[in-house]
Amino acid sequence: MNYEELIKKMALEDERFVVMTAENRALIRNLPQVLNERFIDTGITEQTMIGAAAGLALRGRIPVVHALATFLTLRAFEFIRTDVGIGNLPVKLSSFVPGFLSDGNGPTHQAIEDVSLMRGIPGMQVFCPADEQDMLYALPKIWTSPNPSYVRINIRKSEYQHDKNFEIGKAEVISKGSDVTILVYGMLFDETLKTKQLLESKGLSVGLINLRSLKPIDEAAVLDAVKNSQLLVTVEDHFLTGGLYSILAELLLKNQLTANVLPLALNERWYKPGLLSEVLNYEGFTGEKISEKIIKELDKKVISKI
Amino acid sequence: MITMTETTIKDLEATAIKVREHIIKMSTDGGCFIGASLSCADLLVYLYKEFLNVTPHNLKDPNRDYLFLSKGHDVPALYGTFAELGFIEKDRLKNHLKSNDHIYWHPNRNIPGVEFHSGSLGHLPAVALGVALDCRMRKQTNKILVITGDGELNEGSVWETILVASAYKLGNITFIVDRNQFQANIATEELIPLEPLVPKFEAFGCNVQRIDGHDFKALDKAFKALPVNGNKPNVIIADTRRGKGLPSIEARADRWFCNFTHDEITSLIGELHGEGKTEIGSETLTVR
Repeated sequence: MNYEELIKKMALEDERFVVMTAENRALIRNLPQVLNERFIDTGITEQTMIGAAAGLALRGRIPVVHALATFLTLRAFEFIRTDVGIGNLPVKLSSFVPGFLSDGNGPTHQAIEDVSLMRGIPGMQVFCPADEQDMLYALPKIWTSPNPSYVRINIRKSEYQHDKNFEIGKAEVISKGSDVTILVYGMLFDETLKTKQLLESKGLSVGLINLRSLKPIDEAAVLDAVKNSQLLVTVEDHFLTGGLYSILAELLLKNQLTANVLPLALNERWYKPGLLSEVLNYEGFTGEKISEKIIKELDKKVISKI
Repeated sequence: MITMTETTIKDLEATAIKVREHIIKMSTDGGCFIGASLSCADLLVYLYKEFLNVTPHNLKDPNRDYLFLSKGHDVPALYGTFAELGFIEKDRLKNHLKSNDHIYWHPNRNIPGVEFHSGSLGHLPAVALGVALDCRMRKQTNKILVITGDGELNEGSVWETILVASAYKLGNITFIVDRNQFQANIATEELIPLEPLVPKFEAFGCNVQRIDGHDFKALDKAFKALPVNGNKPNVIIADTRRGKGLPSIEARADRWFCNFTHDEITSLIGELHGEGKTEIGSETLTVR
């Protein structure tokens, strides 16, 4: 099963689904002939597509809407906020090449404020699957929820066997650790798995949490890590402002807690474009580089075990 | 084609006067966008009384016609029409700008008859497009209308949507332009000239009519002439006057949003019924 097969299966079983795209067909090339009128390509018109999706949702449809992440969230932002958000309509946004996944496109295509923007819309749910399998476990529940949603589409393969039981608002706790807990979402999950192994090989107790659902966030899982780990690390291909680091800060304040936090994100800058492997290396987001930063932080701030 | 009888026209005129009274009454104690409301009052009265299959009793029927008010700031005309046609109680208009209701400067879907909220220009053509696509998918024959302002045509999303509607050969959608010649502060032709409008829409693949938006016979002729199974989106440009019915504010760039005193309201209602022009104090002209 891949993304296209899942959407096809769900749409054939449920007449409410319509598939829309602003001429981005990379993952849905075979759907026009299967869904006929329920496949709607509006051309390069993100605003019209979102407005029309709201209209279709008013009529009882569930539009699953596709566009590149930047154009979807930025060009059409006001339509998402005003038509989908105020209307509280079940429009399902599927964003292609979010975060580091736009690799060589350059800053015009770097959606690294998308989580911040989307979670700011009342009622909008935000999901960032770790890889294809994680995403396929999540989408059926996301698409049948009555809320509008934003999903960072991620079709990367991974060896990791995720928990099949995806729940909206639930994180996937990979491990618990007393020295450090890594909070991560999206495609960087695989890198942090490597980080976890590297740190464990040095005798550290390492927690790792895959935040599949960023809004609603799994408060219990995050607070458990806050209480039981000496250091928290947020890892995200997003601006430092408004993403996971901000979510954590909000959560800590809300619960009158404090914590040692190392935020790994893009601080007031776009990333250097290139092949994904180049980007990860240059920006310091490989498993090895994340692990080095964590060790440095632990040395500096928390414990001198190493 | 059966033309409208004089009785029908008299009835529409009488309703339009009442709707204009409601609009005037809403332009105090906080005020409202009176100019744009008065320009489309005749249009709305005609559509709801004579054309649309929409009544207070079929608002949940998927086969009803749809009217989307994209230039949402003219909502007093819509609510005035709703009050006259029994969608809402007339008394409810007194809740204008009060927190115990949903009646404010732009439409809210909690008011029976409002299909979708608006206020940000250039949105509802796209929303109406989605509804029209769905109605066609379900092989319904209902009509989907969306009213935009002329200033609203500055917004690129309107043209984007018309391109798409045209590409999809959507004959069940009609874009109506309330061509009152003004945007907020200035005449449209002095800022971003729109004319010639008919060939613009035609070049976008639309079936276009241009009529006097205050002439009920002309409105009736145009709307009844909309093709039943057309394959082009329809455009009706309704030439109107901003502030229509009140000579003291008609077609004036500085009479967009007004917040009148109670005395001025009384005088304006007199003016609507043919009495002399109202002396309007400068403090009533509020910039929004």
